[in-house]
Amino acid sequence: MAVLSEEQAMLKDMAANWARHRAPVSAFRKAAEGHNGLRHDPQLYAEMVEMGWAGIVVPEAHGGADFGHFSLGLILEELGRTLVSSPLLGSALVGVAALRLGGSEEKQARWLSAIASGEAIVGLAVDESGRHDPGNIAFAARSDGNGWVLEGVKAPVLDGIAANLFIVAARVADGSGITLFLVDADAQGLSRTPLRRVDCRDAASLLFAEVHVDGDAVLGEIDRGGALLERILDRGRAGLAAEMLGSATQAFETTLDYLKTRVQFGQLIGSFQALQHRAVKMLGELELTRSAVEAALAAIDEDQEDVPALASLAKALAGDTLRLVAGEMVQLHGGIGMTEEHDAGLYLKRAAAADATWGNSAFHRERYGRLAGY
Amino acid sequence: MAEGDAQEGEFRANVRAWMDENFPRSLAFKNPVPYQNDAPYAEADPDFRLWRARLAEKRWGAPGWPVEFGGAGLDAAGVKIINEEMARIGAFSPMRMTGLTMLGPTLMEYGTPEQQARHLPPIARGEVRWCQGFSEPGAGSDLAALQTKCIDMGDHWLVTGQKIWTSGANHAEWCFALVRTDTSRKQGGISFLLIDMNSPGIDTRPIVLISGSSHFCEMFLNDVKVPKENLVGRVNEGWGVAKRLLQFERDSLSEGRGEGPSLLPIARAQVGVDEGGLIADADLRTRLIQHEMRARAYTLTLQRKAAEAKAQGAGDGTVPVIKNLGSDVGQTRYELVVEILGDRGLGWEGEGYAAGELEATRQWLHSKAYSIYGGSYEIQNNIAAKRVLNLPDPAPAR
Repeated sequence: MAVLSEEQAMLKDMAANWARHRAPVSAFRKAAEGHNGLRHDPQLYAEMVEMGWAGIVVPEAHGGADFGHFSLGLILEELGRTLVSSPLLGSALVGVAALRLGGSEEKQARWLSAIASGEAIVGLAVDESGRHDPGNIAFAARSDGNGWVLEGVKAPVLDGIAANLFIVAARVADGSGITLFLVDADAQGLSRTPLRRVDCRDAASLLFAEVHVDGDAVLGEIDRGGALLERILDRGRAGLAAEMLGSATQAFETTLDYLKTRVQFGQLIGSFQALQHRAVKMLGELELTRSAVEAALAAIDEDQEDVPALASLAKALAGDTLRLVAGEMVQLHGGIGMTEEHDAGLYLKRAAAADATWGNSAFHRERYGRLAGY
Repeated sequence: MAEGDAQEGEFRANVRAWMDENFPRSLAFKNPVPYQNDAPYAEADPDFRLWRARLAEKRWGAPGWPVEFGGAGLDAAGVKIINEEMARIGAFSPMRMTGLTMLGPTLMEYGTPEQQARHLPPIARGEVRWCQGFSEPGAGSDLAALQTKCIDMGDHWLVTGQKIWTSGANHAEWCFALVRTDTSRKQGGISFLLIDMNSPGIDTRPIVLISGSSHFCEMFLNDVKVPKENLVGRVNEGWGVAKRLLQFERDSLSEGRGEGPSLLPIARAQVGVDEGGLIADADLRTRLIQHEMRARAYTLTLQRKAAEAKAQGAGDGTVPVIKNLGSDVGQTRYELVVEILGDRGLGWEGEGYAAGELEATRQWLHSKAYSIYGGSYEIQNNIAAKRVLNLPDPAPAR
């Protein structure tokens, strides 16, 4: 754990306490059953908003705390421990990033305070096929005089059911660059289908059938949104990696507790050297992952040049580590780890889905390599 | 450096000017390891001796040590500046040997004032080479099984036994050793002694390693007389002293493993590139990227741990884990270098290979020791399981 300021330490404690008492894994299980089609508990998000978490990276002028991504990462990490499923990552981090990095003064004024107050929930609609591939977006927008017409499918979209505002990546012509659009979830012609995935998180498929938007719906510049999209994604990847670090840390600690309580052959199974060494291996991977996650979040706050490389480093390590630890959680719990009743399976499913979100480990190794000249 | 940036900047400027003036250019970016391990090689180089003398006069070979022990008494910021300015011009510290990294900090905690006054200043000046007499033929990973006998003869100790893997014993002036003063208890029967290598009854024999290096030795002690005042800590309490010293050793063993120039240029040159400009061997390329990422994360981890330890005044006990991560990163690097070089990475000696190629072979072979010395990979895992994760002790073998 990095060296924290007093305020950061308090924030982290507060998040840990809140997650433990208000949003334990049992709450995630309940939310997963669905609240009127939602797969997160709006009451819990309202409490987060109340505590100011949705405004952590929002400028003070727009009702936020401007307290930095590193600080927001501390919260996400604690929420990751209990698998909290909420729009905090997608809206309060990614949505805010999109508006801060690409939004005009007017758009920022319109949306940032709304995100901080929980009134607006943003979803990033970037993916189109099963695999994250922002370099090959085909989704089309065509000009209709004073506005645009969007046509196509976006899936999966994180928080796609909870969101009331989407950021949609499109191309205005074949072979052109990326253009980002802000699209109201209630826009005519836009329909949403919940994707019932193993991780039980809010994800949706968005069908755009002749969706008309105004000319000023463009976020950033027409045709030149590719770099902006990557910057937005990198912030999301670093935040997601923080959340995954929390999930992995909890999965590890739960497994470690089991090694210290489960008796077989007349002794605690944690006394077996084969299992001890596997536990230390996991600890080492967690240490590396924590370093990468903290470095990526700090780099965002300091506006460093190597944010892309560090975000990919963090996301790749978080993906590998969470999958390793969640897999070991199932294996080392034995039969009980295979049951629906035990939490191990929830971490395993979260690991697979979180790894796939915004580029899996292989994607980010390739990206890191390219950035380094490989 | 509490007085702020201006003073720090002035100090840095002074250090830089002094380094520029006093560091012999012939030593720039040379591998420091042979100078540390091979006394005849080091002493034959007049520039090395000159550099050591100059650095000793400034006390910058032990910049963070207290002044009374021969150091410069600098705070962490000052030490950092010295290290950075040395790195900038490719300088290394001739003092950075076993005595400085391991014995010195241990003596500061456990030594008597007389031992400190006698031994620390020469270590800080790089004048005395120390060796570590710990391992024995029957006590490797199970170090506490050591049997070198030490008998209290009233006015002196009498030591008899055999040590092995004693780095630089054939050129060392002094040895810090673990000896058995009580055979009835394992850890509780060990004492920590300082032994003058010129004492009658000591014989050393170099062991040639797979890398061709022979700085490891066997060391035979036959009725060696050691003065009573050379005991560090109390009799039969040497295991505690040794554990502390091994922590310093693990700290020093983890440094630098994630660093080193990118392997990309040699990979491109040796393996070639495909029509897309990527390294032609796709499998190798993937593993190179993976290695670079882990090396980066490892370096970030060392920086994070250093910052945390500084803020909290103590480390978090994860050093054994970090040592293993570092061994792994370092070994992977040399495996990749040799793979990239192909036949050029398999040369042992002779005109057919460039000096750098031969060096790569030796480094690859030497790197296999990373996960053995200072406590093997498996021992580090055992320590971490017990101390960091608080897992229960394994059942004794039946």
